[in-house]
Amino acid sequence: MDENLVLEVRRLSGGYRKGGVISRGTYKQILFDVNFEVRHGEIVGLVGESGSGKSTLAKIILGLLDPQEGEVIHHTPRPQIIFQDPYSSLNPAYDVEWILEEPLRVYGKYDKAERKRRVRDMLSRVELDEHYLKSKPNELSGGQRQRVSIAAALIRRPRFIIADEPVSALDVTVQAQVLRLMRSLREELDLSYLFISHDLNVVYQICDRVLVLKNGRIVEQGEVETVFNHPQHEYTKRLLEAAE
Amino acid sequence: MKNKRMNGYLLAGLILTGLLVALMLLGKFWTPYSPTEMNGAAKLQPPSWAHLFGTDNFGRDIFSRVMRGGGTTLTIAVLTIAIGAVLGTLIGAATGYFGGAVDDALMRLNDALTAFPSILLALLIISLVGPGKTYNVVIALGIVFIPSFARVMRTQFASQRNVNYITSARLMGAGSLRIMILHMLPNTLRTLLPALTIGFNNAVLAEASMSFLGIGVTPPDASLGYMLSEAQGMLVKAPWYAISTGAMIALLVFGVGLIGEGLQKLEREVD
Amino acid sequence: MLEIKDLHVQFNSRDHEAVSGVTLTIHDGEILGLVGESGSGKSVTAMSIAGLLPRKQCKLSGDVLLDGQDLLHAQRSELRRLHGRKIGVVFQEPMSSMDPLMRVGTQIGETLRIHQPDMPKEERHRLVYEAMRDVELPNPEETYRKYPHELSGGQQQRAMIAAAIVSRPSLLLLDEPTTALDVTIQAQILELLKKLNRETGISMLFISHNLNVVRKLCKRVAVMQKGKLVETGTTEDVFFRPQHPYTQKLIESIPTRHGKEVR
Repeated sequence: MDENLVLEVRRLSGGYRKGGVISRGTYKQILFDVNFEVRHGEIVGLVGESGSGKSTLAKIILGLLDPQEGEVIHHTPRPQIIFQDPYSSLNPAYDVEWILEEPLRVYGKYDKAERKRRVRDMLSRVELDEHYLKSKPNELSGGQRQRVSIAAALIRRPRFIIADEPVSALDVTVQAQVLRLMRSLREELDLSYLFISHDLNVVYQICDRVLVLKNGRIVEQGEVETVFNHPQHEYTKRLLEAAE
Repeated sequence: MKNKRMNGYLLAGLILTGLLVALMLLGKFWTPYSPTEMNGAAKLQPPSWAHLFGTDNFGRDIFSRVMRGGGTTLTIAVLTIAIGAVLGTLIGAATGYFGGAVDDALMRLNDALTAFPSILLALLIISLVGPGKTYNVVIALGIVFIPSFARVMRTQFASQRNVNYITSARLMGAGSLRIMILHMLPNTLRTLLPALTIGFNNAVLAEASMSFLGIGVTPPDASLGYMLSEAQGMLVKAPWYAISTGAMIALLVFGVGLIGEGLQKLEREVD
Repeated sequence: MLEIKDLHVQFNSRDHEAVSGVTLTIHDGEILGLVGESGSGKSVTAMSIAGLLPRKQCKLSGDVLLDGQDLLHAQRSELRRLHGRKIGVVFQEPMSSMDPLMRVGTQIGETLRIHQPDMPKEERHRLVYEAMRDVELPNPEETYRKYPHELSGGQQQRAMIAAAIVSRPSLLLLDEPTTALDVTIQAQILELLKKLNRETGISMLFISHNLNVVRKLCKRVAVMQKGKLVETGTTEDVFFRPQHPYTQKLIESIPTRHGKEVR
């Protein structure tokens, strides 16, 4: 087995059960025979339009939803997620310090001084000043919130991150800063990302490889340069044309 | 964000309620006259400096009775909403967080309880636990108040179930109990606090109605509701009895209502 | 045709002006792009043209003239008449700007029903069908009777555009009309807007934070930052020879497929 692998997704099918408690309801299949892997240090883009199954795939990989068939093999500890909407990804009842410390408290292996040290360290890694520790999420800008979300996802030092449209809700100048940050954190903390996005230009900027999802099937995958410059599938061509 | 500021409603409500609560708490230890001692020489006196609210037809000082009776009413109302809010929150949290079959079963039970008029339900429970004692009234009213709190809190917990920060908490391995108490509960306070004030007022009024109907507090205990039914018997001879007791209930409900309104206004301003 | 002169908008609840001293002209038959990041004041500018600002909650000064008619200080009734007939507005979220309980066709004809109540029903239906054909909604007869939720996102936005052009206004305000849509749908809507502009000569103010979209659609671009207009020029000039430092930063930040600046 290739020890460079971070994640393997094999023959994966999945979806949701819709309907009642008494009747079993109907099963709405969303993903069909999805196969791919993420290697160490890689940023893999997952592109597709709304309804293509991107979010369902993310949920199954994170273990929030059971697959119908096939398997998801993790070669790292549990992955963490960065969400699109920086407004709902931080608990509005708490300040930044609490939010960043909570994953460490749950982990339970560090004493208070060590937790505080790690919180400060991570805050500086996402390039936020220490005085933001006492800020509540609603006192921060969109970009600052997204930095806090990234810090919270990284504080337990996971090796694999699923980023679900992490910059789509941000202004373009902030977007560029956050992308740059995610890139430098990959080097510093030895991370791999699955980068979900509908914005092909962003994917081109940050990703090494790309998966194109359409109606729950991966219609094309490969190196970003190859796929973007020589798209094989009709749908990929259409997407690229529209985003030109 | 603006800091949470005091507003007029909240300030007025806190002052009014504070004064009344202080008076009623004081009544538990000290009253100008004994609230139960009869005085043949001072029957049916109208309000005066000696007897601020006058006396009843046994010569008892009504101000002292209002202080003591208000304390009983206050105790009942506070304990009632405590039972209602704590158990209601527990049920609401469990059903809202887990959803599914637990949710369905408990919420159907809740619907069944809500289908009864609350006084009728209280009457039913009183007839099971035995009438007259203050704590029985508390138990009966407490149970009556559970469903409404459970319903409100269920919505609050259920609406957070799939929010991103809860998903993140789950991903980092936080247990259900931790998520419910630490991650979700603080976000329900903005709804719970105003609901508590409304619940408190409903409890005061429910206690008054029950005691007025004679299924609530009975002598030697006295509550504002019981006193109101007593006052009814001497409405012509001593109207000040009914007026001062009724005014006390109205002021208490009004004060707490102002606090509730103020709290909601505060939340709206923060948004 | 539309002239904005030294427009200032200050909300009573804020310390800063939301719009401070914007001067801007939209020529006949032109598509002008107005770009800026959140809080730049681009939407507030649009709302003051559309007369959608709550007048009691803000201070307005300056002039907004549509074909020489003052929009900023006009009487309310006068404004309403103007907006129904001369200005059409399309917002970002098609679903939330449609009435879920009203049939699509009826909704498209609403403006006509309100502003030209004397118009015979047959004439109104004719204009609604015409607008639906203009925006290329499939099977107009069938779509007329559908409800908003039965349409796809792209069709909903087409219906909103139809509603905005049904009374044949001379100016169309588009506030992030493609932001909520998938890229392929987005491209179709942009093509549609170009076609409408070409065929009917309608002027458009296209507001967006997405510079790629603006580049594709507009001949001229205005850039706003913190309530001020920092740069105006042809799309070509602004994108390839930006003058203002903020515009330069903005252009640099656009994710493109020409070189990987992020790396």
